[in-house]
Amino acid sequence: MNKFLLPLTIFGIMVGFLAVGLTLNPREIPSPLIGKAAPTFALPQLHEQDKVFSPSDMKGQVWLLNFWASWCSGCRTEHPVLMDLAKSGVVPIYGVDYKDQRGEALAWLDQWGNPYLIVAVDAAGRVGIDYGVYGVPETYVIDKQGLIRYKQIGPLDDETLAKKILPLVKELQAK
Amino acid sequence: MKWIVLMALLLAGPSWAGDARPLGDDPAVEARLKQLAVELRCLVCQNQTLADSNAPLAEDLRREVREMIVKNMSDKEIIDFLVSRYGDFVLYRPPLKTSTTLLWAGPFVLLAGGGIALAVALRRRGRKVEQAMITDEEHRRVEQLLSQGVKRP
Repeated sequence: MNKFLLPLTIFGIMVGFLAVGLTLNPREIPSPLIGKAAPTFALPQLHEQDKVFSPSDMKGQVWLLNFWASWCSGCRTEHPVLMDLAKSGVVPIYGVDYKDQRGEALAWLDQWGNPYLIVAVDAAGRVGIDYGVYGVPETYVIDKQGLIRYKQIGPLDDETLAKKILPLVKELQAK
Repeated sequence: MKWIVLMALLLAGPSWAGDARPLGDDPAVEARLKQLAVELRCLVCQNQTLADSNAPLAEDLRREVREMIVKNMSDKEIIDFLVSRYGDFVLYRPPLKTSTTLLWAGPFVLLAGGGIALAVALRRRGRKVEQAMITDEEHRRVEQLLSQGVKRP
């Protein structure tokens, strides 16, 4: 019995590591911006081109910043979730149209619906780089002081919304 | 006739196969960009360096780095710029920190552990062989059996 104990223990430890590893997504890059101030920018708006949108406009509110594009299939997937969230009015959603064409972005919103109060246009992707965006869609929860509290990499789904994002939003709104 | 054709083909004029034309015009900047880009990771094709990848984000990041080089930012400032936005993963070589000690030391620790286990197992086996002493009588029997085995048709 004794000579089986050591290999069995080593095997048990390995299984432990593998089990944890299976729940992790190796492609996800956690953001170093959590807890830090949302990077400033001043981008032209999609609908009213002579106006500018900036995160400093949002101080005092808890809000969602969603990076999306008309060419992005994941954005299409999460779109119903965003529409429902926008209808519920729990938290305002602002969009950044990332490396897109204005005509196509407008057409996309016309066709599928517009959950955003304002859409800012990041044509060159520089604001995306400031936010550490490496693929769309990505969504940030930003608090009343303008600090990033949560980053969703990839499409939003109802489960993450219910379990992580909405409780966080309610907590931040109470502060 | 075919020899003439063959000779003609072999004597075809020299062709110039040069490097692809770099995207920027200043060779000093491009050289520095290349030096930095091989130490940075493409975040989309995560197993490629920023220098190798053709992903749109990689092109954007190379453009950013090029602009920072033109502004005369130091290597450390450029790397800090990217790490503050994307985290340590943007470095192609994992930095040596307390959190990555297991990553760096792990393989050597496992190798040493395996080596020790091997040494212990071999020593134990050596001892077992010593203990199998046989008498002269048994030795003669073994010789007899072995020689019989050779004569098998």
